[in-house]
Amino acid sequence: MTQANQVKDRTQTTNRSASPIAAVSGAYAAENSVESFRSDRRHVLDLDDFSPEEIEGVFQNADAMSEVLNRQIKKVPTLRGKTVITMFYEASTRTRVSFEQAGKILSADVINVSGGGTSTEKGESLYNTALTLQAMNADIIVIRHSHSGAPYFLARNLDACIINAGDGTHAHPTQGLLDLYTIRRNLGNIKGRKVVIVGDVLYSRVARSNLWGLTKMGANVVLCAPPTLLPLDFLDEQRRTKGHPFANVEIETNVERALEGADVVMPLRLQMERQKAGHLPTLREYSRMYGINAERLKLASPNVLVMHPGPMNEGVEIDPEVAHGSRSVIEEQVTNGVAIRMAILYGIATPVRERRYVGSRQ
Amino acid sequence: MQAANAESPRPDIELDGSATRKILTNDEVRRALTRIAHEILERNGGAEGLVLVGMHTRGVPIAQRLAELMDDFEGESVPTGALDIGLYRDDTTGGSRPMMRLTEIPVDIQNRAVVLVDDVLFTGRSIRAAMDALNDFGRPSQIQLAVLVDRGHRELPIRADYVGKNVPTSRDEDVDVRLIEIDGVDEVLISRKENL
Repeated sequence: MTQANQVKDRTQTTNRSASPIAAVSGAYAAENSVESFRSDRRHVLDLDDFSPEEIEGVFQNADAMSEVLNRQIKKVPTLRGKTVITMFYEASTRTRVSFEQAGKILSADVINVSGGGTSTEKGESLYNTALTLQAMNADIIVIRHSHSGAPYFLARNLDACIINAGDGTHAHPTQGLLDLYTIRRNLGNIKGRKVVIVGDVLYSRVARSNLWGLTKMGANVVLCAPPTLLPLDFLDEQRRTKGHPFANVEIETNVERALEGADVVMPLRLQMERQKAGHLPTLREYSRMYGINAERLKLASPNVLVMHPGPMNEGVEIDPEVAHGSRSVIEEQVTNGVAIRMAILYGIATPVRERRYVGSRQ
Repeated sequence: MQAANAESPRPDIELDGSATRKILTNDEVRRALTRIAHEILERNGGAEGLVLVGMHTRGVPIAQRLAELMDDFEGESVPTGALDIGLYRDDTTGGSRPMMRLTEIPVDIQNRAVVLVDDVLFTGRSIRAAMDALNDFGRPSQIQLAVLVDRGHRELPIRADYVGKNVPTSRDEDVDVRLIEIDGVDEVLISRKENL
């Protein structure tokens, strides 16, 4: 009997039952469903090719990974013998450590490569460096690069599985997933929630991946920033009729109006270089106009979640009082990041090959 | 209950002309679990110091039912947990990408007797994985195994302490345990595998 037939069969038999115990069968049925990751997925490059079901599958596995993180002995043998190489060509603490921690808890061998102190300094190209690492039997390569699209280039040219840990101003899918997961854990669901992203949307890969994820999961997204820090096509009102992927995303340049009734507020890090590039008059003015402080937070829902992808510039885009206040889930984001990355490594490292027949499980 | 029996008055005959047979009916499942609950109590001299751990998916409701039965018989509630073995399997490279379920071990299992509960005992590989998983939670004084159906074909030196029914099968057959909590009906079916 095929899997599909069995499932169909079971739903048919469910209807016959009048037992009170059958009332709980819904909970089991949901758990019973199919696969976590799309079976043909080899890379995680952005959230644009994730379906809501696949995102939900990652969340469910992340729930199970969170349980492992709460154990006294945080180690499971799942990825024994797999090699994960992290290539970080840009500064990073939390993402790199998070991937390393996730890999080590799952018993993978994790090797960290950075831009400095390696053959990159001798002029080796990204392709050749990656090829070398692959020749050392890397199963998964986690890459952060200042050029948008670098992970796509590797995915096209290598056999290893590629995970994008941030590429230029383009995408940061694992951050997007952990942000969504943090919202789901705290508010129960994402659908219909008002999520306000404040700040440097123009240059933010976090904002871009969050946009894909949040809109797929049915959140009402509001982008709030000075017009100089918003992508031009978002300012074009015609996007609503032109089949723009984010046609329903609201734009609001006034932070007070944006925050009204918000369920989640996510200020983005304002990079100091933006002022030099002429996007802002002064950082002080930005902070006065767009900084998230306790006074402004009162406009949001009383249960608002304050999130930040880090690293924070306290006193610029977010007030220390808010960053460490009772509504802040910024530290929880970091913990959830490990669980999400464990779920992704686990999903990607169990390739679905030609089914080797050894008898079914039972 | 009536309806199910009316459909198949003889559990041993084919249901609908296909090669599917019912090997345990609703009532037989109930009797088997009642007996297993008694056996667990008898062998361990009561319910004290026991922990039941059901293996996802269908081991979990079976463990809960055993706990309820033992509570009825002895008036003592037995802590009951759930275990997902996804992280401990030895065949992750050839399988699918299964959705994981939550592992919940409600008490410290150190020096307690753990009764692992699963629906079908087949190759024994799931049980091997489950024992590895339990070791990560502590060192139980002993691990016992209760299954609703033992269908043979072991690939590891593992046997069950409590068995609902021993069923001789061939490898190209499927044993399909259905429980009210999940499938809306209690029964165990055996059928021929399709195209595998």
